Amino acid sequence: MSTPALEFNDLQLAYMVRGQAREVLRGVSFAVQPGETYGLVGESGCGKSTAAYTAVRYLPTNARILGGDVHLAGRDILSLDKKELQNLRANDVSIVYQDPGQALNPTIKVGLQLMEAYQLLGQSKHDALTNSREILRKVQIADPESVLGRYPHQLSGGMQQRVVIAMALACNPQLIILDEPTTGLDATVEAEVLDLIRGLRDEFGTSVLFISHNLGAIRAMCDRVGVLYAGKLVEEGRAQDVFDNPQHPYTVGLLRCLPRHGSRKSAQRLETIPGFQPLLGAPLPACVFVDRCPLATEKCRSVAPEWTQLGGRKVRCHHVDRVHELVSSALPEGTPSTVDRSSTPMLVLDGVSKTFHQGGQAIKAVRDVSLELFAGETLGLVGESGSGKTTLAHTVLGIHAPDQANTITFDGKNLKPGTRKRPADQVRGIQIIFQNPDSALNRRHSVRRIIGRSLRRLAQLPHSEVDGALQEITASVRLTERHLDMRPSQLSGGLKQRVAIARAFAGHPRIVVCDEPTSSLDVSVQAAILNLLGDLQHDRDTSYLFISHDLRVVRYLSDRIAVLYLGRIMELGPAERVFDGPHHPYTEALLSAAPSVDGDTRERIRLDGEIPSAVNQPSGCVFHTRCPRRLEGDLCSTVEPPLTPTPDGGVIRCHIPFDQLGGQPVALRS
Amino acid sequence: MSDTTNSGTHAGPATSSKDIRKELRGLLYRSKTFIVGMLILAFWVFCAVAPGVVAHQDPAAIEPSAKWIHPFFKQGHLLGTDRRGADVFSRVIHGAREIMIIAPAATIVGTVVGVVLGLSMGYFRGPLDDILSRVIEALMSLPVILITLLALTALSGGRLTIILLIGFLFGPIIARTVRAAVLTERNLDYVRAAELRGERSGYIMFAEILPNVFGPIVVEFTVRLGYAVFTMAGLAFLGFGTEPGSPDWGRSIFEERSSLLSNVWWPSMMPALALASLVVAINLVADAVQGMIDR
Repeated sequence: MSTPALEFNDLQLAYMVRGQAREVLRGVSFAVQPGETYGLVGESGCGKSTAAYTAVRYLPTNARILGGDVHLAGRDILSLDKKELQNLRANDVSIVYQDPGQALNPTIKVGLQLMEAYQLLGQSKHDALTNSREILRKVQIADPESVLGRYPHQLSGGMQQRVVIAMALACNPQLIILDEPTTGLDATVEAEVLDLIRGLRDEFGTSVLFISHNLGAIRAMCDRVGVLYAGKLVEEGRAQDVFDNPQHPYTVGLLRCLPRHGSRKSAQRLETIPGFQPLLGAPLPACVFVDRCPLATEKCRSVAPEWTQLGGRKVRCHHVDRVHELVSSALPEGTPSTVDRSSTPMLVLDGVSKTFHQGGQAIKAVRDVSLELFAGETLGLVGESGSGKTTLAHTVLGIHAPDQANTITFDGKNLKPGTRKRPADQVRGIQIIFQNPDSALNRRHSVRRIIGRSLRRLAQLPHSEVDGALQEITASVRLTERHLDMRPSQLSGGLKQRVAIARAFAGHPRIVVCDEPTSSLDVSVQAAILNLLGDLQHDRDTSYLFISHDLRVVRYLSDRIAVLYLGRIMELGPAERVFDGPHHPYTEALLSAAPSVDGDTRERIRLDGEIPSAVNQPSGCVFHTRCPRRLEGDLCSTVEPPLTPTPDGGVIRCHIPFDQLGGQPVALRS
Repeated sequence: MSDTTNSGTHAGPATSSKDIRKELRGLLYRSKTFIVGMLILAFWVFCAVAPGVVAHQDPAAIEPSAKWIHPFFKQGHLLGTDRRGADVFSRVIHGAREIMIIAPAATIVGTVVGVVLGLSMGYFRGPLDDILSRVIEALMSLPVILITLLALTALSGGRLTIILLIGFLFGPIIARTVRAAVLTERNLDYVRAAELRGERSGYIMFAEILPNVFGPIVVEFTVRLGYAVFTMAGLAFLGFGTEPGSPDWGRSIFEERSSLLSNVWWPSMMPALALASLVVAINLVADAVQGMIDR
């Protein structure tokens, strides 16, 4: 066997925090073979990013290597001196971070930054320029000349990430480390970036260490994966084997937390992994997963499990022979949907538009959106960033005023723009759960104060009744008494989101806008939060306006789904039909873009280019510039299709007749 | 470590905020700059409160026959005597009081003005922010001492006037710092959540945002305190706010500076050193606090 491109040997690493060593990697061994793509998965705090930084010895000053070694192309990188290390980073290894916006210098033109990567290798200015042009073409940037002359902020997120990847490729490295390279990107862009990385890897024969919490992306990209838990690898093997037939209880649990196989809130609750990952630096039990493992026995507490070899893969578990017992039989039933569509709708939008005026330009963020939301119903809002879903939700909340007054009706009454102009029952009636609980909760207030304030303001409870109501609401979001006196910083991400949910529900809202409520959470936590949202809706008959870019999550929770593109509704209908078809060509492309943990068998539908600017919208059907099913002739580019009713009570905006639209049950169902 | 074993139940990250605060305080106490600064500061505060305990002689007692006695243990005068024969040591000690009243009081006035202005500008933005920002920039382009002099010549130069003047001149400077911090906070979702609850602007500014910008305010307060000491001493040197013959440092430096020509350095140098030690001490503390907050 040839020398691995990257090899970790029993690496132990700790961070010194206020004088204490907190262990992050607790004996990690794995190897990335030349030309191989190795995936490292795990939930936040498991040490996967630390592993990435260790590979290039790019560690904060408080990091201490306690044992083991790391070899990069056969060289022990922990013993290199400064000069050698610099050489190695310049020539042999590149790293691509999560946020391309931060990896590029905002004050320097893309061209100069890219050329710098070549000039570092000793190339002349002229060669560097030629090579920069060449590499941009390699990362499928159609017009390298104009991109070279632009500043990073003039590029979209997907383009920025391409430029960063181009820079990483400049030195023709043997190894590229990708640390969550697609996390901030839309599904359609993510799919393109993944395709690009796959193509480049095959072309250059580069080894890739791919780090992500997105199991679908890992599955789509990697030859082999390692599952990291609390700083220890618990399972390793071929990606296909690990995902199709996981053998470690943690991997099994992780995969079951995902809403898959078209699962719906009405059919079943999602499985969760009870408990929490051990804290950094906490003393570990013999088997790291024992506290959360349904198969745990006395042996697991006293004897640390070694690798069990299972023909080409290995699992760190004493009870590999009992993993098949982990069947998801004990799942409680879901909450059957009880939406009464013959009643008066809770919320009616009748031709809502929202135009922003900026620098003399009119940005048409939302165009003529009409929809209804019934009591107890979840309406999913889906679309790429820039499709207007957040603007629409903000207009309902009163953050923006719609272009025409009197276009939004709530509970039969006209909804005024501006929260402060609304009567108390309307303010209380529509609340929101934000995407990022770190930003949504005041870090100087205790949980008691955060929820209590909402109870007093929204439910307008007198002081004497606040305590009782506080108990009730915290219990209903499964927080305990002792959380009440904590500050948000002392809570984990999932617990913070529970506090935010409790706050939104304090005033018994009729409608809750959920703006990507689980996208900052780990999968196991996401499952628990989705279950909670389902329960609360069932118990309180609340309606949700649910925004998410994760289509599986939207499908799980939504009764109906509206697909938005450039501020317009392209399609609205029952969740099953929108997902299984026949559906709008745009919906089809969105669904096809999302990488699936179950492996992709179908051909992906490519969308060319980016979502057009909301200032200069395309003529005719706004989607015609990217539509894979554009009709012959110029009908699509000249005439905007009307919203046509569909047999199931929805609407669709397409010139293609409904029964001829795509209906392939896409892999989300599998 | 015992509280980390219950991770099977609903335990989040286990460090309590009390622990963190304790550790930060521990770090502060271990910082040498902080300790040295605090010791000097404490000494001057003590002198301001009970000067008689430190210096036993009457700073106002004049003994023209014993003028210009050299410092350091000659004839019972530790730091010598000035041109009127008064004891320099006790004058320096007693001189701390005036500055230790005016400087902190003026800084408090300035901080209150600055916090209210900064919160309103950062929270409301729009025309209010634009107009106030321009006014502040105009004010800041003029030297503080110049405006104070003009104002003091026009108004009566009492202690309260000086406090209010320095306070109102520092306010805008502090406001700019507060405004910058508020602008960052304002974009966070908790502010939006409060607005969507229908909270009043006052509640959002003072109950929601203010606690989160407390760090920069504390730093700005300590830095401004140093400047206030300087400004106050400068005014006293120019003859404002103090009576002739008062032991105030600025005043003493002014009154005794002519003796420098006769090679008598101590009556003016000693209060100058006292002044320097106070400003340095305040800045040491400010640095340590800033370092702690930036962590």
